[in-house]
Formats: sequence, C-alpha cells, structure tokens
Amino acid sequence: MATATQTAGPGPVKEGPAGPAKRTVRPPRRGFRPRSLVIAAFAWLLAALFLAPYLEMIVTALRPADELRDRTYLPDKLDWSNFIEVWRESSLGNNLQVTLLVAGGSTLLVLLVSLPAAYYTARMKFRGRKWFLLLVLVTQMFQPTALLVGLYREFYQLDMLNSVWTLILTNAAFNLAFAVWILTAYIGSIPQELEEAAMVDGTSRFGAMTRVTLPLALPGVVTAVIFTFISAWNEFVMGLTLSTEPDKQPLTVGINNFIGAYTVQWNYLFAASVVAIVPVIILFAFIERHVVSGLTAGSVK
Amino acid sequence: MSLKAPPSPASRSRGRGGQSARPVRRSRGGLARLGPLPWIAPVVLLILAVVVWPIVELIRTSFQNISISGVVRGSAGTEKYEKLFDESGFGHVIGYTVLWTVVVVSVTMLVSLGLAQLFNQRFPGRSVTRWALIAPWAASVLMTAIGFKWMLNQTAGVLNTVMLDLGIIDKSTDWLGSQSTAWPWMMFVAVFVSLPFTTYTLLAGLQTIPGDVYEAARIDGAGPWQTYRSITLPLLRPAFLVGVVINLINVFNSFPIIWAMTQGGPGSDTSTTTVFMYKLKETDIAESAAMSVVNFAMVVVLVLLFLKVSRWNEED
Repeated sequence: MATATQTAGPGPVKEGPAGPAKRTVRPPRRGFRPRSLVIAAFAWLLAALFLAPYLEMIVTALRPADELRDRTYLPDKLDWSNFIEVWRESSLGNNLQVTLLVAGGSTLLVLLVSLPAAYYTARMKFRGRKWFLLLVLVTQMFQPTALLVGLYREFYQLDMLNSVWTLILTNAAFNLAFAVWILTAYIGSIPQELEEAAMVDGTSRFGAMTRVTLPLALPGVVTAVIFTFISAWNEFVMGLTLSTEPDKQPLTVGINNFIGAYTVQWNYLFAASVVAIVPVIILFAFIERHVVSGLTAGSVK
Repeated sequence: MSLKAPPSPASRSRGRGGQSARPVRRSRGGLARLGPLPWIAPVVLLILAVVVWPIVELIRTSFQNISISGVVRGSAGTEKYEKLFDESGFGHVIGYTVLWTVVVVSVTMLVSLGLAQLFNQRFPGRSVTRWALIAPWAASVLMTAIGFKWMLNQTAGVLNTVMLDLGIIDKSTDWLGSQSTAWPWMMFVAVFVSLPFTTYTLLAGLQTIPGDVYEAARIDGAGPWQTYRSITLPLLRPAFLVGVVINLINVFNSFPIIWAMTQGGPGSDTSTTTVFMYKLKETDIAESAAMSVVNFAMVVVLVLLFLKVSRWNEED
C-alpha cells in the first residue's frame, strides 16, 4: 500500500493495487542472462556469510573437548556425544523444560485471548474500537527491556518471582499485539457473506465461526502461533530478571550462565545452543512472508 | 494477500451511517447484546496487568527508598534522579547510547537498501538465499551474540584465525577486552541481527511499486541510477521510515547483545542506558528505576514517531 500516500487521491485506496503490481514487476521468464549469474554469485556469497556464524556454532558443538583450543577451521574428528553429554553434565535440561513450558503456555494463552478479540474487532464496529487497536499497537512497541524494573517490582510484590506462570503471563502479554493485529487483518479479509450463508443453511453463529471462518483464517492463526512460540522461545531479558534460581530460568538464561563459569565449555554451550536455534530458524521459514506486515502494523505490505 | 491496518467493518455496510451492528441483529442477537467486553476484555486485562502496571510501578519505585532486600523505606523524593545524574559514568553512557543507536540504525538502513535491491532481482536460487537471510532474525539475538563472542575469542576464535590467515592482524587480539575494539564489533552484531527484518520490510515496499512506473522511466530514457534515485527511493519512503523507527526502538532496547558480549564493561565503558539500568539494579533498585523512567520516556517518544509514520488508522 506504499503507493497510497504518494498518489493521495480522494477516497480510500482499496487493497487492489498491490496484487496486480506484484505481477507486473516481474519480467516474463526467459532463462537467466550473464548479469543475473553475477548477481546470483554475489547473493550466494552473502547468504553464506549470513549463515556462517550458525555453521560455526554447529562445528563447535561437534568439536571434541581436546580440539577446542586448536586454531583449525574444522576439527579432525566429530564428537556427537556433546549433544548428549551437555544435558547429562549440566542442569540445562531443567532450563529446556522451563522454556518448553513457557513457550507452549504463552502461545496457548495468546491464542485463547487474541482469537475472540480479533474476531470481534474484525467483524464489529464498536465504541472504542480505535482505542483498542491503538492500545494493542502501542504494547507491541513497548518492549520489556525498558519496563524490567517495574516488572520485577510487580512480581516481587506478588511473590511470583521464579514461577513459570509469571513467564507465561509476561511473554503472552508482550506478544499479544502481533497476534491480535495479524488475526484481525486475516479475519477481516474473509467475506462475512460466507458465514451468513452457512447460517442460512442452519449452522449456528458459533458453528459458522469455527467451521467456516477459522479454517479460512488458518494461515493467520499459524503465523500468530509460530511467531509467539519463537518469541517466547528466544526471550532472554524477562527470564533473566524474573527468575533468579538457576533451575527456574529459561534455556537462553541457562546458556548465558555458562559463560559466567570459570572455564567455558564452548562445545557443550553450543551443543545446547544448536538445539535452541535450529528448530526456530526452520519454523520461521514457514511464516516469513507474513511477519513483516504484522510487525509494521500493516503499513508496509 | 495484502495485510494492512485491519479494515473497519463499517466500510462493508456503508451508506447506512450508524447502523453498524446490522449483521448481528440478523443473527439472533447473540454477538451484539453482550457488547465488546467479553471479547476484548481478556486482552485488555492482560495488557493492564503486565504492561501498564509495571509502568506505574516503575515510576513509583523511582521516588522511593528501597533496601537491597526489597523492603520499601519511605519516600526518596527526587533524590534518586539526582544520584543518577551525578553518577560518574552517566554522561558517557548517554553519549554512547546515542552513538550506538544512530550508527547501528544508519548502517542497517543503508546496507538493507542494497540488500533489498539485490534480493529483488531475479537470479537462480533466489528463494534459497532469501531463506538464508532470515537466520539472524529467527535465532535468538542472545545466541547470535554468544556465537560472536566465541568467534572473537583470543585463543581459538575463528574470526581471529581468519584475520591472521588473511594477514589483517599479526597476532591474535582480545577484541572484546577493550572499549575501542569492543564497540565496533558489538555494533557489527547489532547491524547483523537487524538486517533481515529491515531488508524484508524494504523488499515488501519495493513490491508495492507498480511496474509501469519503471516502464515510463525507461521510455523517457532514464538511466538505472537516475531511475533509482527519482523513482525507487521516493516511492520506498513509507517502508523506509517505518523501518527506521522500528529499528530505533529495537536498537535502543538491545540489551542482550551487550550483556552477552561485554556485560557493558570494562567498567561501564560499553554500557548503553539499558545495560546501565540493569547494573544499577544490583546496587540500588530505585536509582535503576529512575534510569528506566528516562529510558521509558525515550521509548514513548519513539512510539509517537512510529504512530506518525505508520498509517495504522488511515481508514478512518
């Protein structure tokens, strides 16, 4: 919709232009010319550079302990046991468990509260609708970092430090905005007539909602679920502040604690990191197309 | 699919001003009779409890005396703010925060413009390379920072090895050990993790520029650079501005990178205001709250800026 402001014509610009525009930008397919091969070579090099830090982490995770200090690019032999040992030798297993609970719990909570809100906001015009959307948008911009001391004081007074519930609540709250925003946009794009047709056929309103609208909004739901899960999975500052007991901290904090130890066992550290990183990179690939519009409140796409 | 600001339902039943609940009335009343509260209350409650309450708590704490163990020992007036502003490293921390934010965001925007242009071309393997680009976005910022800390390790860090092999340095260096070399590296990491989101935002912006504008420019005989400067850049402005503001907010708040790589040290030489706030929390939580209030005020300014450049309510 970027062109909308430029032309600034009277009346709102409908959603049309983006669709056809996308098609006209692309030239017809007719093989690749030498120029595009140069571009490709450059792009491939950049892609490799972007992945390099993560590949180095994987290599380190596979290094045997006695090769850690060797100034070689690749180890002589690969030590897969690091991936097993790290969970046995350290308490990171507890941290992984906390992370799974927190990421799963907050994702569920986000979905439970944001779906009805998004549905209502997309379907109804009500007093305060604009204020509600503004509130949601503003919370997306307020990150926990600036509020850490307030969060700490709040949950200290509630005697809820070191609790999984606290992390579930806080992670859910700071990821609500994205879910509400993207779900409202998705549900809003589904014609209401579909629901009405189902109701004419004798389905209840609730039935129409769950069996007609929800399946059609599924890409939006999946995006919201994956995004929330990844954010909560990656979260660090709230875990660091709101959980002080090592066993109650999420995996990111647990891994960071490794660095504070006298001798850092980098091979173990990265064996755990790889487990923390690889799944989310793969998950993220599924939703990448929708994330920008959710994060920019739809003002770009 | 175009996902802009959620379309107002009113636009669908337009022409009957005021009769907004029309579709509901037909559906046996269920939805409308209860009103919006049961639907949106859980969201509002969660926001009040976890976002608004801490803001109040933050401001309150900054005017209190609080012991190390957390007990409130009466009011402190503005004493904590005075103590904060008198802190020896304070001026330096503010200066570094401004430098950090400005440098990281500017470099990110410039590099992303290039990357977006590149990845908007057609070439073999475009989707695979685009996928590689998202890795630093999806992975936890903390993990990426720890990865770089390891790669910069003096004894065995691979970046030292590469630079030794290329002859850039003569002997292995402790990059994060001193302020002058730690700064550029941390800024590099901050740019590295900001590039994917920014590039994707600009790519989305590029896609909204209609092809016939370029066609017209070609017919008028505009060269590629001229076309880029007088067509692409102006039309990319909305996406660019949104990218700038969101990055300002993120980079200003980027605590994990610095915390993982140097903990803001040596001393508070590499601390931004958020790191400084966290360090103060260990000694005097009320003073830390005062620092947070300053941070929070900064964020509010940036959020207002975002609301201005984003068009979240352009429909109304």
